[in-house]
Amino acid sequence: MATQASRSAARLMISPSVILLFLWMAVPLGMVIYYSFRRYRLLNPDRAGWAGWSNYSNFVFSPDFGGALVNTLILVLGVLLLTVILGILIALLIDQPIWGQGPVRILVISPFFIMPPVSALVWKNMFFNPSNGLFGELFKYLGMPPYDFLGQAPLASIVTIVAWEWLPFATLILLTALQSLDGEQLEAAEMDGAPPLKRFFYIVLPHMSRAITVVVLIQTIFLLGIFGEILVTTSGGPGTASTTLPFLIFKKALLDFDVGTAAAGGIVAVILANIVAIFLMKAIGKNLD
Amino acid sequence: MGKISLQKVEKRFGDVSVIPPLDLEVEDGEFVVFVGPSGCGKSTLLRLIAGLEDTTSGKIFIDGADATQLAPAKRGLAMVFQSYALYPHMTVRKNIAFPLKMAGVPQAEIEEKVDYAARVLNLSNYLDRRPGQLSGGQRQRVAIGRAIVRSPSAFLFDEPLSNLDAALRVNMRLEITELHQNLKTTMIYVTHDQVEAMTMADKIVVLQAGVVEQVGSPLELYHRPRNIFVAGFIGSPKMNFIEGAEAAKQDAKTIGIRPEHVTISKDSGAWKGTVTVSEHLGSDTFLHVETDLGLMTVRSGGDVDVHHGDTVWLTPEADKLHRFDDKGLRIA
Amino acid sequence: MARAVTPARKTVNTAAAWIVALIIFFPILWTILTSFKPEPVAVASPPVFLNFDWSFDNYRTVIQQRGYGQFFWNSVVIAFGSTILGMIIAIPAAWAMAFVHGPRTKDLLMWMLSTKMMPAAGVLVPIYLIAVYFKMLDTQILLTVVLMLMNLPIIIWMLYTYFREIPVDILEAARMDGATLFNEIVYVLTPMAVPGIASTLLLNVILAWNESFWTLNLTAFNAAPLTKFIAGFSSPQGLFYAKLSAASVMAFLPILILGWFSQKQLVRGLTFGAVK
Repeated sequence: MATQASRSAARLMISPSVILLFLWMAVPLGMVIYYSFRRYRLLNPDRAGWAGWSNYSNFVFSPDFGGALVNTLILVLGVLLLTVILGILIALLIDQPIWGQGPVRILVISPFFIMPPVSALVWKNMFFNPSNGLFGELFKYLGMPPYDFLGQAPLASIVTIVAWEWLPFATLILLTALQSLDGEQLEAAEMDGAPPLKRFFYIVLPHMSRAITVVVLIQTIFLLGIFGEILVTTSGGPGTASTTLPFLIFKKALLDFDVGTAAAGGIVAVILANIVAIFLMKAIGKNLD
Repeated sequence: MGKISLQKVEKRFGDVSVIPPLDLEVEDGEFVVFVGPSGCGKSTLLRLIAGLEDTTSGKIFIDGADATQLAPAKRGLAMVFQSYALYPHMTVRKNIAFPLKMAGVPQAEIEEKVDYAARVLNLSNYLDRRPGQLSGGQRQRVAIGRAIVRSPSAFLFDEPLSNLDAALRVNMRLEITELHQNLKTTMIYVTHDQVEAMTMADKIVVLQAGVVEQVGSPLELYHRPRNIFVAGFIGSPKMNFIEGAEAAKQDAKTIGIRPEHVTISKDSGAWKGTVTVSEHLGSDTFLHVETDLGLMTVRSGGDVDVHHGDTVWLTPEADKLHRFDDKGLRIA
Repeated sequence: MARAVTPARKTVNTAAAWIVALIIFFPILWTILTSFKPEPVAVASPPVFLNFDWSFDNYRTVIQQRGYGQFFWNSVVIAFGSTILGMIIAIPAAWAMAFVHGPRTKDLLMWMLSTKMMPAAGVLVPIYLIAVYFKMLDTQILLTVVLMLMNLPIIIWMLYTYFREIPVDILEAARMDGATLFNEIVYVLTPMAVPGIASTLLLNVILAWNESFWTLNLTAFNAAPLTKFIAGFSSPQGLFYAKLSAASVMAFLPILILGWFSQKQLVRGLTFGAVK
């Protein structure tokens, strides 16, 4: 199907998408770069002008930045670790011959479809609330003092919520990968005298490595942007204990109305995300043809 | 009606020449087989004729008219694909009717032709099934049915049997040959299997790297291969080749002798050797014999009592020796 | 693994799998249960599971007093609107890339995906300012367009991977059979592509429905979808567990059910065909 006529028709069909995506990428990015070098406070519009690198230094050297970076890392890595490890274990379990595999799959996948503000509020109020959340009740039943999860361990609590949201995704993908494993390979390994644990580490895990990579990379994209969960649970607090990079930018822009600094933060976030993106592109690109 | 002629047809993909300029005549009603190892350009050649690929240069004439620039559908050819390429969402009936529908044939005529094709191909009971519910052989027949209803001036087959199992392949081979005898329509058939080529073709075109090595009837190719490549490609088991002093005795660079033209004896003959493997098929016995001249294959009667390790003497039938010069070409 | 396991082993596995599944599902189950409780029962200590007066009062209250309908409608318009708009733009592009595979197709696809890597927070400021400039803040159109652009790379990719699976042979057969480009699209391509198009639609509606960065930051009330509606419950004065639960159920139930139907397509869709 590679005749000249179809080539030019193809170009025509692709161009709307390309133009739109180009504008969607280039215009905001151009503006962010511009603003990141401008003094621009929505509440104080008279003090405008070029700011040089001061927005960047304000953002990067502000006490919040380091913390936000660390919090972002903890959030992303924590959720990745939890979802991948639990995901593998659950996938292995569901892959066994069991009664009702269909319903089990449906139950396990469900949290993925719950909108983030709902998950966050349900967890915040009905589980983490120290006085009448279910965990509070559990602590009371066990005779332990009430524990304010979101107050005393805000980041860990958010990691829990987000991990619950993404565990289904990881599980489902790992399960799919597991089911595509050729049973004869395992039987061959068994004939070769490999015990179950060795079969897992030498056959199953390498077979799943690609799926694990995909899970890690795709989740990373989404996790770097986690926002709604933080907004409705802790609003980044107490203090800045659960402020991540996206949330810090949001605070600078729409709470402090400091567009210049927020823009500089945006550029920092774009650069960080692109570092991750390069790895993702490589992994997915290999699979194209 | 179905005379196809290619004049200096050439195909390049960028700098890569897939088919160097090539001339070929396919006569009306002929069954022509393009055969060659995979990657030899035989499928590309077929797709050029079909119009699914543009020619880089040269002309294609169908029934005397220049068809080089014609769209595939306008060439009056029908194609059966290796994957069958059935429309999975349509029933067998709709699959077969599709080309007629596209041509705007009246509904009544469509039904008549579909029923006829279904009868010819033993598909009448499956007309309302979908391709997914059919066996490989049935799918193959649907693909052929879709080609038949158009009453094309020529059928193009692209390795149509390669997805079938061995037994079915033999059946379909017969069916396609019978179809050709009934319809008497030109057929161009691409395969890598020289057995299919030998059994079905009126005329075989042996291709290698886009170059036509030889054109001829099956027996012509068998008895008088033009070069070493054709000699080795046509015939099963493969021809034995011998170089060196033994070939020089015959004034040739290489001599070839087919396994069936070697007689075997336990006590005397031209070449002494040891049997490494003997394959007893009942009707025939294939012997692999290690000789001073190299490993030779011998085809012998089914009852030959020779086994692994036996010492034997081989004698070629002198008039069946093929001689080739240092360019690999046949010495007449 | 096609070996018979002992019934005892299977029973243990089944029990373990169901326990894990129920633990994972429990927050959803608990939310559904709580939504039927009177407020005092919802915060009762020790917690009450099934033994209470079930009622739809909370649903009634949420619908009547919190303006649920308006938010729901906004969610529907934005999620479906953005997805359908995206499909209209993406289908020709994906079709062209899948069937007229040029040397630069791969780079183009990669570039499209790379736009998805742009963190939303990074471009919040300009999008916000553009919206203010065009007086589009808090409008359905703005949200529809923004979510469309956000999901467009995913839509194109998903369609592309589905279209790539349609064998080129079949399209060539159609052309040999005399189908024009129009016929090819209507009779052959579309019927074969419908399953892929449907699951792309479904998955992107789900993604758009649950999107909660742009919907929270670019809306106030007029165009606010259910994400905003629910986020409104985070303020302490609005906190009633049973009503929060009822509102939550109404926000996630439609999409949860859609999700159950799409779960088979989810994996390959969201991994761009990298895992099947």
